[in-house]
Amino acid sequence: MSHGSRGDRTISVEGLARVEGEGSLRVEVRDGIVSDVALEIFEPPRYFEAMLIGRHFTEAPDITSRICGICPVAYQMSACNAMEDACEAVIDERIGALRRLLYCGEWIQSHALHVYLLHAPDFLGCADAVELAERAPGIVERGLDLKRTGNLVMETVGGRAVHPVNVRVGGFYRAPSPESVAALAEPLFRARDQALATVEWVSGFDFPDVEADYRFVALREPGRYAIESGRAVSSDGLDLSPAELAELVVEEHVARSTALHARLGGRDSYLTGPLARYSLNSSMLPPLAAEAAAGAGLGPVCKNPFRSIVVRAVELVFACDEALSLVETYAPPEPPAATVVPRAASGAGATEAPRGLLFHTYDIDESGTIRRARIVPPTSQNQLTIESDLRQVAQESLDLGDDDLQWRCEQAVRNHDPCISCAAHFLDVTIESS
Amino acid sequence: MTVSAARPTVAVWKFASCDGCQLSILDCEEELLKLAGAVRISHFLEMSRASVKGPYDLSLVEGSVTTQDDVARIKEVRRVSRVLITIGACANSGGIQGLRNFAASGQYASVVYAHPEYIKALDTSTPISAHVPVDLELYGCPIDKTQLLSVLTAILAGRRPRVPGHSVCQECKGRGTVCLLVSRGTPCLGPVTRAGCGALCPSVDRGCFGCFGPTDTANTGSLAGQLRGQGLAPVDTSRLFRTFNATAPAFMAESVAQGGAPPVTPSDPVRESAEVD
Repeated sequence: MSHGSRGDRTISVEGLARVEGEGSLRVEVRDGIVSDVALEIFEPPRYFEAMLIGRHFTEAPDITSRICGICPVAYQMSACNAMEDACEAVIDERIGALRRLLYCGEWIQSHALHVYLLHAPDFLGCADAVELAERAPGIVERGLDLKRTGNLVMETVGGRAVHPVNVRVGGFYRAPSPESVAALAEPLFRARDQALATVEWVSGFDFPDVEADYRFVALREPGRYAIESGRAVSSDGLDLSPAELAELVVEEHVARSTALHARLGGRDSYLTGPLARYSLNSSMLPPLAAEAAAGAGLGPVCKNPFRSIVVRAVELVFACDEALSLVETYAPPEPPAATVVPRAASGAGATEAPRGLLFHTYDIDESGTIRRARIVPPTSQNQLTIESDLRQVAQESLDLGDDDLQWRCEQAVRNHDPCISCAAHFLDVTIESS
Repeated sequence: MTVSAARPTVAVWKFASCDGCQLSILDCEEELLKLAGAVRISHFLEMSRASVKGPYDLSLVEGSVTTQDDVARIKEVRRVSRVLITIGACANSGGIQGLRNFAASGQYASVVYAHPEYIKALDTSTPISAHVPVDLELYGCPIDKTQLLSVLTAILAGRRPRVPGHSVCQECKGRGTVCLLVSRGTPCLGPVTRAGCGALCPSVDRGCFGCFGPTDTANTGSLAGQLRGQGLAPVDTSRLFRTFNATAPAFMAESVAQGGAPPVTPSDPVRESAEVD
């Protein structure tokens, strides 16, 4: 709903659609200037960090996966990394490769969901993918097929697409058979072609000419595009272990607002997610994805948030291609999990969830009981940046009529694929606009 | 429980949850567009920015009730819904966030927030059925999408939907999985957990951890005795019952019998926060 005279306007969307979780947005315009913006999250907190206290360290992957049904693998992997860090466990390369394959499945599933069902309808003026399917059924079917392949990878490796059951601290309960993994090759070949077609499709959309001065943060690993491990690097030169990152990220619980504002190294906001990953690591993309990016007109850095849909499509190509390589070289880890012996220690783990950096830190005691837990999901790190995007996009779009301006503002939020379900468990939020 | 309209309207609602059960609807990749043709999806925020006002022929409700606002909202949802089906462990038993029901008032908020006085939430997480009548409960953490489709198909065809009441054990027998509890002594909730997942965990050499909640006739005491005989400490047995369906009555009673803290009766049901703007 939006109303007001030409110089004074209020855009307010009570139930923000096509995001994971429930939130609202509000933009105030006074005398032709955006005076206030707010991304409000009205999801109630679920207190995961409190629930984890007193639980066994082996329970963290399953419990934290319930923070988010769209990126459960991200929670499982960050929790495993943190516990293995605390216990100084050594993880076999084959287990690492199988984890990366599972994570590729989640990237494919989540990115296909966002590109086709949540984000693309905005560019084509459709309320949703069902309306889009009435105009272009083949395209939506392609997206759903891509998504299905992502789910198939998760089911084959993880045992279930939503909240996989096969992941444990140390590795897996059972290594999937070589036959079942080999059977993923055919759908993944098809998915890779569909992903390439996706890049071509979305790169033809009409993008508002917006550039933001982002401070990017993403994991980086030598020689490959980081997903399930790596050090956190930033566009202003930070290079941090997950534990150092956790030390530097400060969340403030501000008076008059229940937001936990994440700030890094005493400075202001930062952005994680596809734009950050791509801009910091585009040189690490293997040839097929790099060519697709170049063909779509992406330079080495992308600062237009609306083009995040192109970056996501490039990451789809990458994830399908990477999954294919992992399928081709698959050898079942034996045993499927390392033995992880608890000790009184702290551990940190960070991975790249589809929508951005996710890190966990835990203190456990010698019996393996969790004494302290901290979980920082991507959306709480991105929230200040999403708000500043909202302010900038709104300001640069004031020539639009109210309905179009409202839609553009919604899109400014959806550009970052926020997972409000994730964030809300840590912040019951009204963001104070800066 | 039937809907008579030719193309019934369907609404999807979210309370405290992870979105995973709603995602299971979108995960019906092959059937999604057919489903959208057979029904009118009139309110489903995760999927569409178009929303049609109720009343609705059918509402699917995900999540548990954890705020005073949601106590009112679920009543409104019930009022505008001819048939109301709850989907998932949160909606049916209170979910993993039901663990707060065993903690002292305000304790959880103070762990997560520097200023718990700003947080506006109930001290309990309760199932939808604690607030309004529910026509059918679909179990699971998450729900099984095949089961969801079969229930929707039954309702559209005017048949009575069926949800299994037997245990995961029968699914293991059906798929030929050797019993982990008996053959290896692996702690497993399969004997007391409702079927529906297809016995996924035992098929990967893992004991069932109860995603689908207790069966109608769960003999949890007998299973706890068996686990004790195999050397599992009561504290671990209590934890086993206390995850995603911790506040389902049968699981809650057994976790308390094994020494877990009993649920706290809230004395201060809503801590009204400093008003958030």
